[in-house]
Amino acid sequence: MAKGENLADTIRMLDAYANAIVIRHSLEGAAKFATEVAESPVINAGDGSQNHPTQAMLDLYTIWREFKVIDGLSIGILGDLKYARVVNSLVQALSYYKVRLHLISPELLRPRQELIEFMNSRGMKYDWTDDPYNVIGDLDVLYVVRIQRERFPDPMEYEKVRGAYRVTPKLIERGKPSLIILHPLPRVDEVDFAVDNMPQARYFRQAGLGVPLRMALLKLVLAGDRS
Amino acid sequence: MSGKRELIISKIRDGVVIDHIPAGRALLVLRLLGISGREGFRVALVMNVESRKLGTKDIVKIEGRELTKDELNLVALVAPTATVNIIRDYEVVSKFKVSIPDVVEGLLKCKNPRCITNQQREPIRSRFRVISREPLKLVCEYCGTIHELGDIEKYFGLA
Ligand SMILES: Nc1ncnc2c1ncn2[C@@H]1O[C@H](COP(=O)(O)OP(=O)(O)OP(=O)(O)O)[C@@H](O)[C@H]1O
Ligand SMILES: [Mg+2]
Ligand SMILES: [Zn+2]
Repeated sequence: MAKGENLADTIRMLDAYANAIVIRHSLEGAAKFATEVAESPVINAGDGSQNHPTQAMLDLYTIWREFKVIDGLSIGILGDLKYARVVNSLVQALSYYKVRLHLISPELLRPRQELIEFMNSRGMKYDWTDDPYNVIGDLDVLYVVRIQRERFPDPMEYEKVRGAYRVTPKLIERGKPSLIILHPLPRVDEVDFAVDNMPQARYFRQAGLGVPLRMALLKLVLAGDRS
Repeated sequence: MSGKRELIISKIRDGVVIDHIPAGRALLVLRLLGISGREGFRVALVMNVESRKLGTKDIVKIEGRELTKDELNLVALVAPTATVNIIRDYEVVSKFKVSIPDVVEGLLKCKNPRCITNQQREPIRSRFRVISREPLKLVCEYCGTIHELGDIEKYFGLA
């Protein structure tokens, strides 16, 4: 959208060209607005810091592939719980299952009121801690999200929390042997490179599953469940 | 006849009386009706007076003015207990209670600067869903941001 046209016009144009529209946009609510403008189906591939539903579908698919079940699992989400959009979508997706959520973040990046109210309205079981060591032993899945520099209005705040939430072999060794580590990627330094070689690391396999997941989603949207 | 302890405000001939406003919200009600006092019509504000129903209440009386559906919805959000009295020729000709709408469209601005509804060049109106009446909570249908009474006060330049 480099020529300064607005989103509504861009969507109308794409709508005339294509049978489905995939939108990734920097503003929150852009995908919902696109669905109101377009006749064709719209897939939200991430809008602002609000939602990233295809990532959440992929996350659930990965967890299901590993455990063959999602109900009953204990899932930790660590990192930026306030600004990371994958967290909103992941929690929404998990709300359809009976899971135990452990939210782990620095005080500054605690989940927003919106997410808390959502979890309460869905009767989800969750708790929050600022120390991953408090809950690591209970987890089946540790989902790590980046703490992004650009989300911080004040660079000093970023420096304070950076590094304090790194996932290291030492942390993982305190967990169950069956623990798996997920990450939406790209990673900066929130997961230690030494973790990559541990059997618990699943984030590259997770990323790989994004291809079939998105293929299946496009097929569903375009052709329904006819095979 | 009124005695020494009462203040007489002259009656309005035609207009509207918004009664049973929660104490302290009369200014907000005036603001959201866009009344600054410079319009020239007669306005009476009564604040923090005793009320049998509410303990204390505010009253707003506006000469020569009626309320639109949108304005009634806004009044209901900030003063859900309000009674609206339509005055014609000095008499109350109709009286009704306001009611909080389920959806508020195009009347408030989302406080999230990164919300699509704040884009000047898009053909889009703000839209909020009421998720709680007491305390008031509205959620932006586009970005999911929750708004409370304090956000409405800020939007209308109070608090
Ligand atoms: N002509 C008028 N000018 C200004 N205020 C008026 C006029 N007529 C009525 N009011 C005010 O409008 C409100 C409603 O009047 P009404 O006579 O119905 O009182 P009420 O019986 O106490 O009503 P309610 O049961 O709603 O409290 C009161 O606050 C009254 O002071
Ligand atoms: Mg009365
Ligand atoms: Zn919004």
